[in-house]
Amino acid sequence: MAKQQFIFSGTGGQGLILAAIMLADAAVLAGQNVVQSQSYGPEARGGASKAEVIISDEAINYPKVQRPDLVLSISQEAYKKYGLTLDEKAKLIVDDTYVPETKPRSRNFYSLPLTKVTRTEFGSEQSANVVALGAVAAISRQLSLEHVREAVRQRAPKGTTDRNLKALELGWQLGVGALNQA
Amino acid sequence: MSKARLMQGNEACAEGALAAGVKFYAGYPITPSTEIAEIMAEKLPLIGGTFIQMEDEIGSMAAIIGASLTGAKALTATSGPGFSLKQENLGYAIATEVPCVLVNVQRAGPSTGLPTSPAQADVMQARWGTHGDHPIIALCPSSVQECYELTVKAFNFAEEFRQPVIMLMDEVVGHLREKVELPDAVEVVERKKPSVSPDEYIPYANNESMIPAMANFGDGYRYHVTGLTHGENGLPTGKPAVAEKYLERLTRKLDPYLDRIQLYEEILLEDAELIVVAYGGPARSALEAVHAARSEGLNVGFFRPITIWPFPQEALEKYAGRQFLVPEMNSGQLVGEIERVVGRRQVQRLNRIDGELITPDQILQRIREVMTHVQ
Repeated sequence: MAKQQFIFSGTGGQGLILAAIMLADAAVLAGQNVVQSQSYGPEARGGASKAEVIISDEAINYPKVQRPDLVLSISQEAYKKYGLTLDEKAKLIVDDTYVPETKPRSRNFYSLPLTKVTRTEFGSEQSANVVALGAVAAISRQLSLEHVREAVRQRAPKGTTDRNLKALELGWQLGVGALNQA
Repeated sequence: MSKARLMQGNEACAEGALAAGVKFYAGYPITPSTEIAEIMAEKLPLIGGTFIQMEDEIGSMAAIIGASLTGAKALTATSGPGFSLKQENLGYAIATEVPCVLVNVQRAGPSTGLPTSPAQADVMQARWGTHGDHPIIALCPSSVQECYELTVKAFNFAEEFRQPVIMLMDEVVGHLREKVELPDAVEVVERKKPSVSPDEYIPYANNESMIPAMANFGDGYRYHVTGLTHGENGLPTGKPAVAEKYLERLTRKLDPYLDRIQLYEEILLEDAELIVVAYGGPARSALEAVHAARSEGLNVGFFRPITIWPFPQEALEKYAGRQFLVPEMNSGQLVGEIERVVGRRQVQRLNRIDGELITPDQILQRIREVMTHVQ
């Protein structure tokens, strides 16, 4: 696999770092080299949050994303920062609840009901990060559902495995559906 | 090798400490080192070890010295502000020759600084932060795998040389998650115990190895430990001849072992006209820039000090006469050593101090500039 660079961006507390870790775990399970890093403020919740993943079959030196192949944004602010200026060759996924205002792109744009689907299924927004992970993994076409599933099993907090596997499935379906429509 | 897995740098450091036999951790949590304390709190009790969250960093450093004197391999971890507080007792551990490992995951300073941002500005503090002439070992990992391997080495050096060892990490490697493959077993060194009876034991013997044997407190060897300048019997002295002998040995005790202590990595140096010298997290940016420069046909090489103290000067001296570029995430610290070894006029600096990791593009641009100048 050629080098693939991902950015997960949103607000602190949304679980985006954990979702990025799960994606990185899946890449390790697939036998790839991977690095995952994050930047965030001192707050436990709120404030801008960004997680990055680089997957490659070669050694990865510089560990930060330089030219993203896929950006996920789950806040209007994150969309403005990472989505608005993104090259149209790269894929952009936004949540249609938290990123209501978007500019048109000619291609590779996926505005998905990640939060809505989570609320409908679970009655709260918890696990929306794993729904987003499912969509990212499917749309990236870089990882198999089985590897991502295993990663979620490994990292999901105790007692939440079934819920998170269900969330992953929902996100993956959203992603596959979006690819079919495009 | 065991199965590949994703691991964070701080986690790898903690796992390395456990593999090396750590039994005692005392610390005060601070970003970006906190994960080390969290893992120690979880895992040490399971193996009969002890974790204590102390009142502050001064107490933490004191506690690991006490623990080590009883024979336990001891660890503490901190970041810049805490590293400042540990300096006094670090000096005590050096003077009394108590093995221990002190991790400093560097963040941007001075003072409270930028708590979640990386920097490499504690390089000189690691060397001279505590007062007085003294030896120090500081190791600087560039990858998660190396966080594990060097922490094992840090404990081994500490035990073999009765010497506090600093793991000088940075936020980049401390918080990076990366694929690692940990070995099933590692080489572990234990401190040399006295082979004589308690009556014949000389706790600070000026022997040929320069490293006196160390008895555990509680093993029946009664001896005195003091930060005051002491003679071979451990008792304070004001006699110039005794003081000189003690300091001569203390400050030169690592000299016979430098070839094993001074670790470094060399890549593409043979025909290199310009050598990029980098360490820690930013060395990853430097290596990427060096490869990019090579693909442009520029003869550029890479030298990475892994042990930054004692600085591997002989290894670098071989390349005197070439041009050097030293990217650092501080306003110029280790570069002073490179200038000292190869001459100030041969060395270019590249510094970044805004709390962001120096990029390969930044380094590549400077490489191009310097190379144009060379030709």
